[in-house]
Amino acid sequence: MEIFLQQLINGVTLGSIYGLIAIGYTMVFGIIGMVNFAHGDIFMLSTFIALILFLALTQILGVSSVALSFVLAMVAAMALTSLWSYMLERLAYRRLRKSFRLAPLISAIGASIFLSNLVYVLQGPRNRPAPSLFDAVIKVTHGGGYDVTLSAKQILIVLVTALLLAAFWVVVQKTPLGRAQRACAQDMRMAALLGIDVDRTISFTFVIGGALAAVAGVLYILYYGVVNSGDGFIPGVKAFTAAVLGGIGSLPGAVVGGLLIGLIETFWAAYISSDYKDVAAFSILAATLVFMPSGLFGRPDVEKV
Amino acid sequence: MRAPHTALLSVEHLTMRFGGVIAIDDLSFTAARGEITALIGPNGAGKTTVFNCVTGFYKPSAGRLALTPSGAAAPEDLLALTQSGRRFSETASGEIYLLERMADFEIAQRGRVARTFQNIRLFAGMTALENLIVAQHNALMAASGPGLWGLFGLPSHRARQKAAIETAKYWLEQIDLIGRADDPAGALPYGAQRRLEIARAMCARPALLCLDEPAAGLNPRESAELAALLRAIRDEHAASILLIEHDMSVVMEISDHIVVLDYGEKIADGAPSAIRKDPKVIKAYLGVDDEDEVDLAASGTRA
Repeated sequence: MEIFLQQLINGVTLGSIYGLIAIGYTMVFGIIGMVNFAHGDIFMLSTFIALILFLALTQILGVSSVALSFVLAMVAAMALTSLWSYMLERLAYRRLRKSFRLAPLISAIGASIFLSNLVYVLQGPRNRPAPSLFDAVIKVTHGGGYDVTLSAKQILIVLVTALLLAAFWVVVQKTPLGRAQRACAQDMRMAALLGIDVDRTISFTFVIGGALAAVAGVLYILYYGVVNSGDGFIPGVKAFTAAVLGGIGSLPGAVVGGLLIGLIETFWAAYISSDYKDVAAFSILAATLVFMPSGLFGRPDVEKV
Repeated sequence: MRAPHTALLSVEHLTMRFGGVIAIDDLSFTAARGEITALIGPNGAGKTTVFNCVTGFYKPSAGRLALTPSGAAAPEDLLALTQSGRRFSETASGEIYLLERMADFEIAQRGRVARTFQNIRLFAGMTALENLIVAQHNALMAASGPGLWGLFGLPSHRARQKAAIETAKYWLEQIDLIGRADDPAGALPYGAQRRLEIARAMCARPALLCLDEPAAGLNPRESAELAALLRAIRDEHAASILLIEHDMSVVMEISDHIVVLDYGEKIADGAPSAIRKDPKVIKAYLGVDDEDEVDLAASGTRA
């Protein structure tokens, strides 16, 4: 029971991070119908940006408040990662949008390889450690010689995720840009006929996806403490799995899918095999695509004529 | 008789080819300001293709589509603009938009051309009210800067947002759907969706409203309501209407001017009373059977 509770806590934490990344996949797919394979690497890039900024703030500029440095690094990482995400769309995808369907996909794989290698060249092949922050641990219960703990990090991760998702929801539901984003996702040409600038709306989608991935990146490095240039791939594919499981194109689906993938992965690691935990996530990807292609919240794909 | 109106849209030598197929061949006509201009013709005559060229869905193979919202352009201005290679000119003496050079959103945004579709294209997952607010996107964006400032409650944005909701509600009342403002558009009955699509187009305050078969699938009572709505739009909202319609009772009743197409070419152009009697129209539309000739005349007089 205690192990179960502990894994539940761990799973929700991990799932929050996956959910944040998954939104980027699902929004982009919803609006232009392509899988942005470079999104995982955008996420990885953001961890490096945040780490470098945090170290610069604390070590070089001598900001003594850890919380302040953390917040500043996160906000700056969001801005810079959004910019990368924006440029990615502008340079690698926009011109190919009217090309054949596979073209932007191939370009995305190329962009993914480019980004991970760029970081590899600039930062080296080794794991980069991050300073350990927010180390306080609360003991929730005790039983069977096993402490169930909840760390300050975990609380922070879940809280930041919840706050950000709420803000994101308001942006998508209440602002003109969010409304334009939903309109474009439903019928892009009609939206254009109503005077919505589709290119700008697509850029907006990439910017928002990049910002959310940046937060995920900051939380990821806070949680795991190390990162290297290859770390975009596995979390990226898992978040993509989350988006597919939730129903690609569905925003609530991405969040629920992320939590489910996080939980399945941790429970699989706890009760079955931690060596094969990645197998669990990828089996789900295959099973979802075969048995439930529209996911939990997705609508069946109706080809627009 | 109303006073003669100036041209709002001048279509000159419009040609549209798809590979070897000539969908529209050297078509010229004008849609006058403040009037309802109907495009009629048998299936496949090229009516929707004309719409697609006017609204930027297609790039015409040849021809000029000049839109002049604030009065007919002087011929030398039009010529100068055409030769300059620019897409439009907005000067104190009036705007000229060359629609064949503009992108679809530009035509909607600057030229203020709105359209509806044969197969309804509402945003089915958004509520009726939201559909009408999306149509006012440009006005909202202008007031809210990059679009996110609305989050911080900028007063100009809030005022504009309120105005947008008021406009949306006004149109929901006009089309008798105010009670279903918060229902998803996709859940509304067919006739209501048709009306909502027209209302959405009107929320963009268009100078030219293009309606592709608005009466398709409506029952006679709904058709009559539609005719009344379109007349109200023309008379009270200073919008000119370009209409594709097969329902002759609606066309004959509300049109000021009818252009008849057949196989991509214009075969007649004139007032409803003249079109009704035109032998070429009767032949193209209904074949040369005498009984059908009587039918068209009858549907005209019924209107």
